[in-house]
Amino acid sequence: MSATTNVVADPVASAHVGRKSRRSVNTFPLVAPSVIVLVLWMIVPLAMTLWFSFQRYNLIVPTIQGFAGWENYEYLVTDPALWTAMKNTLLLVGWVLALTVALGVLLAILLDQDFWGRGVARLFVIAPFFIMPTVSALIWKNLLMHPVNGLFAWITSSLGLGRIDWFASLPLTSIIMIVAWQWVPFATLILLTAIQSLDEEQKEAARMDGAGPLAMFWFIILPHLGRAISVVIMIETIFFLSIFAEILVTTAGGPGLASTNLAFLIYQRALLEFDVGSASAGGVIAIILANIVAIFLVRSVARNLDA
Amino acid sequence: MSTTASYTVPSEAPAKAAPPAKKAMHPATKSKIIMTVIGWTVSLLVFFPIFWMILTSFKTEVEAVQTPPSLFFHPTVENYAIVQERADYFRFAMNSVVVSLVSTIAALILAVPASYAMAFFPKPRTKDLMLWMLSTKMLPPVGVLVPMYLLWRDLNLLDTRTGLIIIYTLVNLPIVVWMLYTFFKEVPKDILEAGRMDGASPKQELWHLLMPLSLPGIASTALLAIILTWNEAFWSLNLATSQAAPLPTFIASFSSPEGLFWSKLSAASTMAVAPILIFGWMSQRQLVRGLTFGAVK
Repeated sequence: MSATTNVVADPVASAHVGRKSRRSVNTFPLVAPSVIVLVLWMIVPLAMTLWFSFQRYNLIVPTIQGFAGWENYEYLVTDPALWTAMKNTLLLVGWVLALTVALGVLLAILLDQDFWGRGVARLFVIAPFFIMPTVSALIWKNLLMHPVNGLFAWITSSLGLGRIDWFASLPLTSIIMIVAWQWVPFATLILLTAIQSLDEEQKEAARMDGAGPLAMFWFIILPHLGRAISVVIMIETIFFLSIFAEILVTTAGGPGLASTNLAFLIYQRALLEFDVGSASAGGVIAIILANIVAIFLVRSVARNLDA
Repeated sequence: MSTTASYTVPSEAPAKAAPPAKKAMHPATKSKIIMTVIGWTVSLLVFFPIFWMILTSFKTEVEAVQTPPSLFFHPTVENYAIVQERADYFRFAMNSVVVSLVSTIAALILAVPASYAMAFFPKPRTKDLMLWMLSTKMLPPVGVLVPMYLLWRDLNLLDTRTGLIIIYTLVNLPIVVWMLYTFFKEVPKDILEAGRMDGASPKQELWHLLMPLSLPGIASTALLAIILTWNEAFWSLNLATSQAAPLPTFIASFSSPEGLFWSKLSAASTMAVAPILIFGWMSQRQLVRGLTFGAVK
């Protein structure tokens, strides 16, 4: 079993072996359908977004039409909302990544310890990952963070700290908390799997050499987790760049623009203000931002798969 | 001990399933008691919002907003009855079921042959192809929201199940291809070789050897796709607002005026997440391997 679970997805290595031992098979009809639909899925909307971003196009004012040049981009770039939204997007991604990785490492180490009922405890820890974002946002918004009747309000006021109106005074922080809660289980699950693949003998040897728990963590466990952490960061970033439901349900981007990220800004432009041109320009900017992030991420994944 | 990796992955079985050798090394000591206390405290803390939601769903509306919160009360299933009575719930739930099942099946139909070909007959460019597929996931959905909205409007796909099914099939396809690829790679090559010696065609090989052998992997890939689709909110909130709206939209509708009916909201939420939570718990062991595309053992 251990041999099979150790297989790392690596098409190149197997291509090497494969070419020698296999007859050649025409794989085109097998691969083509997936590739064709994905190409369409990528190219068509992308081309349309680019096209619209250079058009004057508002769904409620159909008389205004025509080529807009860089107008939509100028309008967006000079609009402070774009920069606030970009800053919020990056803050959101950065903080939630930091929180989920840090807490995920701690939780994974905790759940790797031997204790009674560990299997059931693990199920409890991973549960938030399976909760749909609209539900978790509403649960946190109402049952926990409500300024009057929420559980947090009761706890803080019992402690004499007064009641915090979370979404009014700490909107972005509140959303970071909710998203982090949803994604800590994912990080934990992956990191736990990585910790468990750590060689027992190596740990034993370190222990024999007199390594304390802290030294074990720094010199044995943490270096071993490098690859798992990069996988967590890559997958989470894909999802965090377009956080939407949590914002829609809790703050609707407010107060003001305090919790508006790029995804929410474009949604507002497109579906609330019907400004297709400006929303498309925003979409192009979102894609560029995501690609800048993705270049680094794909590189690190590619490295991981080679290793 | 290096083999432990394969069977101590997060397990539904309680701790007693741990290898006996380990137990002998660490007899039930004070440290184990302390670990148990810490472990359970932290786990329950993480789980608490879900527990609180379930608890609130059995309260009356008055009890739900009480401060200090009431822990002891006469549980009532009234909220569930009311949510059910709105009849709407089942339409939303039905949409969720149909959309996640059909889009998952569609993605599997497209992905199985592709993954099979890439796993067993790799070409020099296969790796680039797979990375490119993954990179389509990097495209933020919001970047293409506007054209998709207009396209779907013109194709009369707005607010239809078909419209959502097409989108989710495409959204999940790269992940499904990667997961299947990872699982196919784990099928012992000797068995396929033996089949080939006996004259099995690639098609027979796929249907009669590979599919049965990697059924657990295919099942957990399907489960992940269902979970992701069930919980996806961006496309459903923007492209299906009434007729074809799945559960995330239903729940989001509670955010506005009805937001203060907490126990009904909790009941509806519990109903919306229960099936997928159980699914997730059942498949968590396999999900890790699939989700990381085999990059983490």
